[in-house]
Amino acid sequence: MGPDEKTIICRCEDLTLKRLRELIASGYTTVDEIKRISRAGMGPCQGRTCRALIEREIAAMTGVPIREQKPAKYRQPSRPVTFAAILGGEPREEDC
Amino acid sequence: MKKTADAVIIGGGVNGVSIAYNLAKRGLTNICVLERNFLASGATGRCGAGVRAQWGTEMNLRMSMASVRMFENMNEELDYDDDIEFNQGGYLLLAYTEAGWEQFKKNVALQKAHGLQVELLTPAEAKEVVPHLNTEQLLGATYCPTDGHCNPFKVTDAYAKAARRLGVEIYTNTTVTGIERDGDRIQGVHTDRGYVSTPVVVNAAGGWSQDVAAMVGLEIPTHSERHQILITEPVEPMQRPMVMSFHHNLYCQQTPHGSFIMGLGDPTEKPGYNMEASWQFLEEMAEKITWLLPPLRHIRVVRQWAGLYNMTPDRTPILGPVEEVPGFYLACGFSGHGFMIAPMVGVLLAQSILGQKTEIPIEPMSLGRFARGELFREPSVV
Ligand SMILES: Cc1cc2nc3c(=O)[nH]c(=O)nc-3n(C[C@H](O)[C@H](O)[C@H](O)COP(=O)(O)OP(=O)(O)OC[C@H]3O[C@@H](n4cnc5c(N)ncnc54)[C@H](O)[C@@H]3O)c2cc1C
Repeated sequence: MGPDEKTIICRCEDLTLKRLRELIASGYTTVDEIKRISRAGMGPCQGRTCRALIEREIAAMTGVPIREQKPAKYRQPSRPVTFAAILGGEPREEDC
Repeated sequence: MKKTADAVIIGGGVNGVSIAYNLAKRGLTNICVLERNFLASGATGRCGAGVRAQWGTEMNLRMSMASVRMFENMNEELDYDDDIEFNQGGYLLLAYTEAGWEQFKKNVALQKAHGLQVELLTPAEAKEVVPHLNTEQLLGATYCPTDGHCNPFKVTDAYAKAARRLGVEIYTNTTVTGIERDGDRIQGVHTDRGYVSTPVVVNAAGGWSQDVAAMVGLEIPTHSERHQILITEPVEPMQRPMVMSFHHNLYCQQTPHGSFIMGLGDPTEKPGYNMEASWQFLEEMAEKITWLLPPLRHIRVVRQWAGLYNMTPDRTPILGPVEEVPGFYLACGFSGHGFMIAPMVGVLLAQSILGQKTEIPIEPMSLGRFARGELFREPSVV
């Protein structure tokens, strides 16, 4: 196994650096597209670690600097929350 | 970008790429798809991914049954290097009113006459299919085991790759700004990246279909409406079928990946292009789903979003040529179920454009039906 097969970019969804590079090479050149085809950034942490890593890799491979990349949309809720908590039946985790 | 094409398809959602593939497969390869953002960035990539044949009109039934068979063989048919993740866990439809239950009986009779494997279930039988279902107030249910769900990004990707291999050009980040006509006939398409001359334009612009139709001076009876949806963290597999209640206006499925996806229709939603997610939706969804499927209480929501349904007055799509504008074709107004029938939409549009006999008569679904007053009466929609 090469090092980029072992390097995990998205820990929630197990996206490896190798797979990420293949996706970028095959034409998925924005965070939004990579998210949708690979699920990277769709897990419980909602892209908190992988998003920046993916942007950096896109910049390295396509030459489009991060500040010129179309930012992916951040979606609510900002932290995972149970239905019970939404209904007010149990304390929000961040409160305990 | 191409200077001339035999056909231009506006919209890179699942329907646009399905039409492109089907045209190319039948020999029309000098064609292109124009997409403003990226593929599946519209309703396709935002949808509930549900695929069912349990419909109440013959037309929807025939379209969806044929499409289910195509989803079953799609990885092979499109020689896809990935997997469209078609998972046939069935659909369980719930009835809470006498009228709803009577309608289900009629639907099932029609569905059986068309050869669909479908059953009427008592509440106790429904609970066998979904053990965590709260059967309070439930009158009965219908269940079709061959219904299911499928990954919309992958389906779009599969069609796009197969279309490209046949020579189709797909231009993303390309916005159509106008359509050129000479008299009635279509001449070409203006985009922010140049002009393509073409005799045939297909309007597969999803929630923006009415705007694209206006580019040829045509008013079509479609409007857009926000629909909201959410997804939870992945948990152990516990629910095979999609659960759907027209009475509560909701649907909920567990994906093969383990997350639950669920959405609600809001009868007070105004026509428009708003795609923002709201806190009210989260609360209403939480209330309804924890009543209907109580163990979901303790599962975490990770993300919510919204997309546009493109609605027609009879909640049935508008497909095929437009008499007043030769060369202009419609594939829009899917009214919230345009993912599941996209395989058949592609076939019918391609056959119609090429002047071939369509596998299912397309004329009843044409724009002309509204002027003729020949509307469909689809009773089974969320
Ligand atoms: C929340 C939600 C849940 C749903 N659940 C289901 C379900 O479970 N099952 C089901 O079958 N259906 C479902 N649907 C409906 C389904 O998503 C749509 O009917 C289907 O995806 C429509 O596909 P399309 O290709 O016609 O349109 P879209 O996917 O919307 O594609 C149209 C494309 O046209 C592009 N476009 C528009 N104007 C222009 C322009 N001027 N120039 C260039 N490009 C343009 C847009 O960017 C867009 O990408 C749901 C929809 C929503 C919103």
